[in-house]
Amino acid sequence: MNRATSARSTRASRAGNGARTFNELRLESVRRDFGTVNALRDLTLTIQRGQFVALLGPSGCGKSTALNCIAGLLPVTGGSIWLDDKRIDTKRAEERGFGMVFQNYALFPHMTVAKNIGFGLRMRSVPSAEIERRVGEALRLVRLIEHAEKLPGQLSGGQQQRVAIARAIVIEPPLVLMDEPLSNLDAKLRLEMRQEIRRIHAGLGSTTIYVTHDQEEALSLADRIVVLRDGMIRQVGTPAELYGAPSHLDVADFMGYRNRIAGKIVRDSQGRAYVEIDGAVIEGSLRSEPKGDHVIAAIRPDDLVPTRDVKQGIEAAIEAIEYRGREFHGLARTPAGAELHFSSSVALAIGAPVRLAADPKQVLIFDAEDA
Amino acid sequence: MSTLASSSARLEDAAPSWRLRFAAMGLDGVTLLLLPAALFLVALFIYPFLYGFVLSFEPKQGGMFANYARFFSDPFFANTIATTMKIAVPVTILNLALAIPIAFRVRLLRRQRLLTTFLVLPITLGTVLVAEGMLFYFGPQGWFNRSLIALGLISHPVRLVHNYWGVLISLVITGFPFTFLLTLSYITGIDPSLEQAAATLGAKPAARFRHIFWPLLLPGLAITFCLSFVQAYSVFPSAVLVGEPAAATRVISIAAYQSAFEDYDYSMASAIAMIMAATQLVVVLIVFAGRALVYRGPVSSGKG
Repeated sequence: MNRATSARSTRASRAGNGARTFNELRLESVRRDFGTVNALRDLTLTIQRGQFVALLGPSGCGKSTALNCIAGLLPVTGGSIWLDDKRIDTKRAEERGFGMVFQNYALFPHMTVAKNIGFGLRMRSVPSAEIERRVGEALRLVRLIEHAEKLPGQLSGGQQQRVAIARAIVIEPPLVLMDEPLSNLDAKLRLEMRQEIRRIHAGLGSTTIYVTHDQEEALSLADRIVVLRDGMIRQVGTPAELYGAPSHLDVADFMGYRNRIAGKIVRDSQGRAYVEIDGAVIEGSLRSEPKGDHVIAAIRPDDLVPTRDVKQGIEAAIEAIEYRGREFHGLARTPAGAELHFSSSVALAIGAPVRLAADPKQVLIFDAEDA
Repeated sequence: MSTLASSSARLEDAAPSWRLRFAAMGLDGVTLLLLPAALFLVALFIYPFLYGFVLSFEPKQGGMFANYARFFSDPFFANTIATTMKIAVPVTILNLALAIPIAFRVRLLRRQRLLTTFLVLPITLGTVLVAEGMLFYFGPQGWFNRSLIALGLISHPVRLVHNYWGVLISLVITGFPFTFLLTLSYITGIDPSLEQAAATLGAKPAARFRHIFWPLLLPGLAITFCLSFVQAYSVFPSAVLVGEPAAATRVISIAAYQSAFEDYDYSMASAIAMIMAATQLVVVLIVFAGRALVYRGPVSSGKG
């Protein structure tokens, strides 16, 4: 905490002499084509200062392309990028002054850790005494002070990652860009680094754009998540909004709605929506008005549980069951052949019949054509 | 299940066969595949080299070192070292100086293979064909001189064949493709994200070259220099065909050739060949000593 506040105060004191800052970053109809492939089409997005924004999506959705366009490593094919009232998409990467953390870290293999971190400052002709002081500060921040004189090849993956972060933030960039920075680390280290990144972001009060395909990472790190699909924005919202109320089926898929069951929509006199599946009926909340009567019910495995009530739920036979510590995780199949992932507090026999039901509030109904 | 376990346990207890023990040392059936190459090396390199080495100490007249003494006391022989260096060193530097910027541009091209094929074409021509072409093209009545005169840039034809410049040009033409290919492979081996990282940190193109590419390229360039230099140092056909083999381009290989096939003094020729090898080795060692002082590790960032 102490360290974080001191970093913040030095930043504030330096803000006057040249440290550029901004209020908002705007992407206006940004487009990027690779030959005939549209990696990004019509990306419009505004990011406020101080936010931690995650660009989330499956591979090939355009999230890394978007980041590279913001960084200036890829020219945009159309549209514009603005930092307040300054247009920046026409500027080269070295003129934008954003800090970037690469997926493979991209540390200079022939420079020591300290030289790597100081590189951006040397390029800015900062006096060497100040370089030394700021590099020392950055090394303390990422807890690598004793490794200053090592070459990157002598460090572990997690340490290299922290050098890459220190190198990007030591220039005090108005915007930090991170391209799947944790994807090369093992699961335990990934959790540790997640906290580290969050801590550094909070300490510096910088704006961060973070690209990931891991929804857990996005949910735990970001203030705002932008879900991309096929080069377009699917949904923008806080982690809670996306987790609780995904607007599209593919966003729901990303947010852990593993069961997607096709059925027909039925309504009662009070306007409640039900989905008819293999003769069974389950109640849910409608996410979008369906065009026809074919809909898809999305339910998380955690919310689909066995019930004794014979008037409720979907009938299925258990195919597999596995122990997950606090509960059991099961796979069942309906007579029509649909797979259902569910959870159970007790072990159930394979092959046994089961009725699976969910709280109507946890069942989302999407138009089948939306998929 | 239990029988399987016990039988494998018994296998582990038994001493490994001689075959396994040799395999552990890296000697197995596959090792035999090296045999033809090893025989080839012994028959066509090591034996002739040793034969020549011994022969050089058995001069026609005088003591053991008479050939070497004669070489270094007679300027007609001794000067060939300087003459050859004066050709080989500038040619090698020139080839590298041309190859680096071109390779830098070519690495970014999408149709890299087409241009590379085009640039490498001279390697297939052979020295003699290049020399023939040069005699016509650069001759006093050649296109080169006629074009320059027509453009009013010169009033008299410049002499570019049958002298030092002829050999230099010829060696650049035939040596460039090799230097270029090697340089290109070293440059493309450098992780492109390093340059991107440098750019996001504020390094302009010149600074990116100086701080990132150059230091990472240097060890590779040292090797390229050595290989190109050795090729240029053993110049023979172009020194005769487009050079001035009696004076300005009397390179060391010409001296060896004359001793062997004009004076029929094989012992002297062997001594010259040994001196040639030794002088090349000195240059290569100097370059490698310099290379030992710079960073020689991997040229990509640690993991990824």
